[in-house]
Amino acid sequence: MSAVSRRDWLLSDAPQTRRQARLGAIYQGWLTFRANKLAMLGLIILILLIGMAILAPWISPYSPYSQNLANRLQPPSAANWLGTDALGRDILSRLIHGSRITLFIVGTVALIAPIIGLFIGTVAGFAGGWVDQVLMRITDIFLAFPKLILALAFVAALGPSIGNAVLALALTAWPPYARLARAETLTIRNADFIAAARLQGASRLRLLIRHIWPLCVSSLIVRVALDMAGIILSAAGLGFLGLGAQPPLPEWGAMISDGRAYILDFWWVAAMPGLAIFTVSMAFNLLGDGLRDVLDPKGDKS
Amino acid sequence: MTDDSAGGRPPGAAPSPRGALMRRRARSVGGTLLSLALTLLGLLLVTFIIGRVMPIDPVLKVVGDRATQAQYDAAYRAMGLDRPLIVQFLGYVGDVLRGDFGRSISTGQPVAQDIARVFPATFELATLGTLIGVLIGVPLGVIAAARKGGVIDQIARVVALVGYSMPIFWLGLMGLLVFYGILGWVGGPGRQGIIYDGMVPNVTGMILVDSALARDWPAFRDAFSHIILPASLLGYYSLAYISRMTRSFMLEQLSAEYITTARVKGLSENAVIWRHAFRNIAIPLVTVIALSFGSLLEGSVLTEIIFSWPGLGSYITRGLLSGDMNAVLGGTVVVGVCFVVLNLLSDILYRFLDPRSK
Amino acid sequence: MTIRISSRALLLASALALAPAAHAETPADTLVVAHTIDDIISLDPAQSFEFSGNDVNNNTYDRLVDFDPLDPDAGFQPSLATSWEVAEDGLSITFTLRDDVTFHSGNPLRAEDAAWSLQRAVKLDKTPAFILTQFGFTPDNVEEMITFEGNTLTLRLDQPYAQSFVLNCLTANIASVVDKETVMANEQDGDLGNAWLSTNEAGSGAYVLAAWRPNEQVQLTAYEEYWQGAPEMKRVIVRNVAESSAQRLLLEQGDIDVARNMTPTDVQSISAVEGVKILDEPRGRILYMGLNQKDELLSNPAVIEAMKHLVDYEGITSSFLQGQFVTHQSFLPLGYLGVLEETPWTYDVEKARQILADAGIEGGTITTRVRDLREYIDVAQTLQASMAEAGLTLNIEQMTGAQVLDAYRAREVPIFLGEWGPDYSDPNTNAATFAYNPDNSDEANAVGLLAWRNAYEVPAEMNEATVAATLEQDTEARAEMYREIQRRYQAEAPIVPLFQRIEQVGLRENVQNWYSGGAVTSVIYRQVTKGE
Repeated sequence: MSAVSRRDWLLSDAPQTRRQARLGAIYQGWLTFRANKLAMLGLIILILLIGMAILAPWISPYSPYSQNLANRLQPPSAANWLGTDALGRDILSRLIHGSRITLFIVGTVALIAPIIGLFIGTVAGFAGGWVDQVLMRITDIFLAFPKLILALAFVAALGPSIGNAVLALALTAWPPYARLARAETLTIRNADFIAAARLQGASRLRLLIRHIWPLCVSSLIVRVALDMAGIILSAAGLGFLGLGAQPPLPEWGAMISDGRAYILDFWWVAAMPGLAIFTVSMAFNLLGDGLRDVLDPKGDKS
Repeated sequence: MTDDSAGGRPPGAAPSPRGALMRRRARSVGGTLLSLALTLLGLLLVTFIIGRVMPIDPVLKVVGDRATQAQYDAAYRAMGLDRPLIVQFLGYVGDVLRGDFGRSISTGQPVAQDIARVFPATFELATLGTLIGVLIGVPLGVIAAARKGGVIDQIARVVALVGYSMPIFWLGLMGLLVFYGILGWVGGPGRQGIIYDGMVPNVTGMILVDSALARDWPAFRDAFSHIILPASLLGYYSLAYISRMTRSFMLEQLSAEYITTARVKGLSENAVIWRHAFRNIAIPLVTVIALSFGSLLEGSVLTEIIFSWPGLGSYITRGLLSGDMNAVLGGTVVVGVCFVVLNLLSDILYRFLDPRSK
Repeated sequence: MTIRISSRALLLASALALAPAAHAETPADTLVVAHTIDDIISLDPAQSFEFSGNDVNNNTYDRLVDFDPLDPDAGFQPSLATSWEVAEDGLSITFTLRDDVTFHSGNPLRAEDAAWSLQRAVKLDKTPAFILTQFGFTPDNVEEMITFEGNTLTLRLDQPYAQSFVLNCLTANIASVVDKETVMANEQDGDLGNAWLSTNEAGSGAYVLAAWRPNEQVQLTAYEEYWQGAPEMKRVIVRNVAESSAQRLLLEQGDIDVARNMTPTDVQSISAVEGVKILDEPRGRILYMGLNQKDELLSNPAVIEAMKHLVDYEGITSSFLQGQFVTHQSFLPLGYLGVLEETPWTYDVEKARQILADAGIEGGTITTRVRDLREYIDVAQTLQASMAEAGLTLNIEQMTGAQVLDAYRAREVPIFLGEWGPDYSDPNTNAATFAYNPDNSDEANAVGLLAWRNAYEVPAEMNEATVAATLEQDTEARAEMYREIQRRYQAEAPIVPLFQRIEQVGLRENVQNWYSGGAVTSVIYRQVTKGE
């Protein structure tokens, strides 16, 4: 099949198979997305970030842990492009390795929180009655709590580590997803096709898993894409407070916290990781905007 | 929520869940009150449980490093920790209903007194921050919508994006470095220069207000020079959110039929925008502003830490990390009450401003 | 750092009215101090045991004996007591008190107040009570053991303790003399005024507590009737400023007179600034490494020996702890009777590796908890790096001080890195915790003893030597006994003293006679003056 005909096949008005229709929709989305230059910029930055994370051991000039007290707090130079920190470690190497931690945290939280939210929200919306009342009341309680303080409490209770930071962030991030999933569920609960499936004898569990969940997923994905940057910032905040990754791991928020004591004379120690966080969360925001335009055309096209 | 921080980006035009919560509640005041009371109670219970499972020992904080086991045990009983959990919880709720929040173990003073000291600090900061956010954010959003795709719109977009992407604690540090450390334009961390500390009679606890009441202008200038940087920072975040929301509300209105009619009638563009469209977005905008204010009130933990601001957020955090549960619970009650009050206020405003809801 | 303000910037700033009101210096009769004072829990001398609380009490109360801030090396000096006499059998000491002292309330200070204050501290039995109860006082017998008659006060002891030991303990904060009438007027539910004194003051010291806002500031005002003459500084404001950089900027700009918590880099930068001077004062705190003997790996003598060579003493004290700590490898700090200045260990990874190899140890992993203070974390990270070179893996979990302490008291911290501050100015304060542990079992629950916390089974002879040293009347012989204990300690103990704290105080040029309290006591303000 030549390229042109493949394109035609994808954009066909009358898809022959379900697969063709689905692929066609994805391709349509990609075309819309590609037209958004800023979103593409975001995507490129993220691809670079992922590449950096994978290749970290090969592309970083030094080990992120090797200390040299004689060479501490050096300004950016040819030998250390971004300078060295208080223990004489190369900041660039630490940033490169730190990208793995950032990606790990964002990836895991973005996976766990929506799943919890999806589960709670759909069960509440589908079951209705007192189950709905109880679940939504719990959601409200979590919403009323200052998020960072709640995460802080969780980490303090579980002990500081990356794993627990992820868990804490996920535990504080789920309520909005639950609300969203519940709202979606309410709109489709009484749809004809659900009634039809029910008549065919589908169990409630099967209805939930086979019919309700798939329909909630796309709006959740949009939300997740838009929340990614927030997750990065929250994770960095926890790291900054010493409740995330533990030393000597080069977590970016913790690196800013390290540099805080030296900010007046050695600004780069805190400035570099801050710029890294900014760049990556900006990229996620740009990507999120682009994705929203594609997946949720009803939404605000800003 | 758009907590400092942390919350990151508010979800475009999709109603934020807390906003939805408010609107959903607009149905009946009685039901609203009941469910808010339940939320508050649940909030307390969760905090209480967290406090009890935390591996931080409040007794140790009280008796210190060198205590013997006997001294430790005595303090443990004195703090009532030997009672069953449920008794402790009910006892606490009973005390709170009588207005007694207990004593903080890290300050040795009644929590109510502590909160009376820290809350005005946060309130002052959040108010000024929101004010900055509204005064700049709303016009920016309106103009961005009116000239969609124009220069202002692009600027507004960049401003918002940067706002959503910047770690606030980092921006705060850099702000301190540049504006205080290098340029010396603003006051440093803390609410006041030390010389002015305690010089202005305490009326409201908000130093700007108190010094204005006392007509102590040097103290006012000093307090202003300290608050302006953190308030601008918080204002920037609330601006990013408010301008985005304003813009999308306005776009919705401007594409409505009545606007076309108004234009056809030959009204000036300014009149169309401000007198017609803007008036109609006032109601949802109030909700947005209330939300943004609420999230700043809840204590912008990181901002308060960076700027050594003795506010509610740092009070709760400090309490949390030292096992000072009375402080944490008391702080949480205040946060919860703020949440409830803002909900009610925006409900009432909603009813008051929106003729359809009558 | 120099602050450059361009004329344009100045214009802008004044146009925006943002410039902080110009005040080149603080008022001439006011001393403004920046310090971290968020550790104050209670100001009751019978209870306060935190650095900042003692800093306040040292100035608001007097004791029977005190240090002279202008000559601290002279040791304890007559204060409220003008003289004292030890009985033949060494089992009692009688003090004669001044009769010209009044409390801040206006009440005269009597021997009765002094006796009652000590009895009160024993009866309340708060954490620091052991400083007094170690002489045999109990809540039940204290009224017979501590008595007064006219203007004399008599202490009866259960053993003939060294006079220097007893008197050093009486310089401690818990021995402060409180105003009985005023305190008892504020008693609630038989608490001997504990709740009231926690936030108030009833002393006779050079300063009156004017205000205390927790985590924010303490204000003191001069007591004009002070028996040693009213102090020159009429107001002392201690403001809680947590950040070193903030303290530094405040000092540079003349907004404060004294900055007490600056990091080495900030000290270095500010020492070049005109109008600012740095005062180095050795304090009593020892930064040490405790190797928990419950840990199988760490209880191996070869590992203990190797660990002593894995600390980069030189590198650490010349980089991130520069100026703030000096290498000090024995448990009595400089400034104490019997200090041992020998430093047997040097940083030598090769040697450590050899010791481990000879003992047949091939690697090992330890997970420990470290308090989330920059200094400790940095020390832990350098240790982590050098241990890795020697084949040992160290995992670090950083936690709040409270969490680490909790685990430490439960004997659950494998490698403890932190500081120990002496409780009173006698060598027994450290000997009795580093080198004394009569029962190492879990059931003993001797949570206050560092040796117990590290599960260090102190040899019987060392326990005995520590006790014997408290009874030696000859001061020089006593000093030698402590040196001997420390030599033995260096040879075998799994608790490794590393550094001693130096307080680097930043002062405005005109501040004279500042005294932070040295190794033995807390800050004293009454002798401070501000020149031109």
